[in-house]
Amino acid sequence: MYVAVKGGERAIDNAHKLLADKRRGDREVPELSTAQIREQLTLAVDRVMTEGSLYDRDLAALAVKQARGDMIEAIFLLRAYRTTLPRFGVSEPLETAQMLVRRRISATYKDLPGGQVLGPTFDYTHRLLDFGLESGSEPAAVATAPADPDATMPRVTDIIAGEDLIERNPPADPAAPVGDLTRDPLNFPAGRDLRLQNLARGDEGFLLALAYSTQRGYGRTHPFVGEIRLGEVEVEMFVEDLGFAVPLGDITVTECQMVNQFKGSATEPPRFTRGYGLGFGHCERKAMSMALVDRALRADEFDEERKAPAQDEEFVLSHSDNVQATGFVEHLKLPHYVDFQAELAFIRQMRREQTAAKEAAE
Amino acid sequence: MNASPYNFAYLDEQTKRMIRRAILKAIAIPGYQVPFASREMPMPYGWGTGGVQVTAAILGPEDVLKVIDQGADDTTNAVSIRAFFAKTANVRVTTSTAEATVIQTRHRIPEMALTSRQVLVYQVPIPEPLRFLEPRETETRTMHALAEYGLMHVKLYEDIARYGHIATSYDYPVEVAGRYVMDPSPIPKFDNPKMDNCDALQLFGAGREKRIYAIPPHTRVVSLDFDDHPFERNKFDHPCALCGASESYLDEVVTDDKGGRMFVCSDTDFCEGRRAEGHRGHLLGDEPAAREAAE
Repeated sequence: MYVAVKGGERAIDNAHKLLADKRRGDREVPELSTAQIREQLTLAVDRVMTEGSLYDRDLAALAVKQARGDMIEAIFLLRAYRTTLPRFGVSEPLETAQMLVRRRISATYKDLPGGQVLGPTFDYTHRLLDFGLESGSEPAAVATAPADPDATMPRVTDIIAGEDLIERNPPADPAAPVGDLTRDPLNFPAGRDLRLQNLARGDEGFLLALAYSTQRGYGRTHPFVGEIRLGEVEVEMFVEDLGFAVPLGDITVTECQMVNQFKGSATEPPRFTRGYGLGFGHCERKAMSMALVDRALRADEFDEERKAPAQDEEFVLSHSDNVQATGFVEHLKLPHYVDFQAELAFIRQMRREQTAAKEAAE
Repeated sequence: MNASPYNFAYLDEQTKRMIRRAILKAIAIPGYQVPFASREMPMPYGWGTGGVQVTAAILGPEDVLKVIDQGADDTTNAVSIRAFFAKTANVRVTTSTAEATVIQTRHRIPEMALTSRQVLVYQVPIPEPLRFLEPRETETRTMHALAEYGLMHVKLYEDIARYGHIATSYDYPVEVAGRYVMDPSPIPKFDNPKMDNCDALQLFGAGREKRIYAIPPHTRVVSLDFDDHPFERNKFDHPCALCGASESYLDEVVTDDKGGRMFVCSDTDFCEGRRAEGHRGHLLGDEPAAREAAE
């Protein structure tokens, strides 16, 4: 006897218990602590913070643990937490020229003030599995050099701008409101502030693929990595009562400034154009992809014909968010039997009619 | 009374106010999709976040909430959403359509006629009825503004040319109050007539797409059709196997791998109510009503 499915509640409870059990895995193996994730899976934590739009290494580590290492699930957890937090203000713009740099490379100049600083990078490693890690061998001591308090590290784009060879950034207007797509619905066409916010939160894989497509001719922008820099910058907030900005603390960011195909006109001398990427923590792939897609999306500004996916604002911005994308793709797991029944009845009716028509003709 | 660390019904009051403003605008312009600043919810996009936000914004402590998915109170996602509000709003929940003041639904409208003291909240995946004809939001908004719905009629006409029918059996587009073409959410077209001149307020929430729209009570809702191809409701060849209802929407349940099928009401509360009243489908036999109702 069929009984309309009861006990959904118990089934859900039990499924969640099983999930928690599988998350823990073999009890013979020591449990992973969130501190271990925070300190040793740092790039996973960075990605979760960037796409989760919340700078908190401990919460991101917890999310990674709770999500069993599923990045998008972890990002979702952090986003759902973030949305409950009160907003008490907006920071001053970050001054990345003042960054305490840990890594800084430029592909446009062999040497430049401040030098090339490789920092902690996978670049030039041979991708050979290091079996020493299995046995937990201690890494060698790191090389150090005395700090030079007078060293400056101007941004490469500022150096190029010194010769007026790159498009001028629009003058900053401190009174201008900055869009926030988590507080207002995104409308098209979107300003560059909203586009950059969307890209910063966007899925790394999606942006990587779009960026790659521009390199293969789908909206080519002739990019050079002007500079990638990684390090700590101070976050400041203007406090009305005090009348000045106070520091809130340091955050680690990765910034990528792409220098792209020049643009000029009969009246304007040719200048290189810009693409910009920024993310929390160490996230070069993301920052570079973001910079390439940012530039591609600026097609209209430079009278470029929009014909590639990466140049299509609605297409890119509507599909970049992996929390939205995964939700809607995975919602197909939910029951759809009412709709399917409607389709079943309809397809049977059409087949019946076709058979009847055929028989009538015979 | 509410031990939850979150605000009543989860959302903060600022957010609720923002959603209520969108709802009021939606009611003032029946069928018009109002953009709203949809929040990230602790359940996935596509799983009812729009409906949940609308419900959270209108729910009061005195409300009685019913949540259905595919017409049933016991489908997993309905259970999950009901539990969410029982926990975060501590409201009374019910499976009884008559008892509920707020009903959140996915894919169905209850069989029982709704009353003026009830609000029906729909979960909407894609609010734009023109989306599959024109993927660009900038274009579709202009089309709505100009009431330029020719494309939709061409699509329906092409269906007739190809299949002999309008080949849409669910998510069947409607015209609201003689103005906006609206997506009724993926309810079977069987349910479409219930939207017309309904006593209850009908609210639609699309979280991922950030849109809210509404049908105020007693609003004319017309399913799109042609004079020579009028709108037809889905019909079933069988009555419900459990309660014998012949005018309800049925689920087809596969009972074996040899083509065995049974048809039962999709609206579980409606079906249970009829059985409690003594109605008998052919598969229920002479089982006493009390035992069924207690299950």
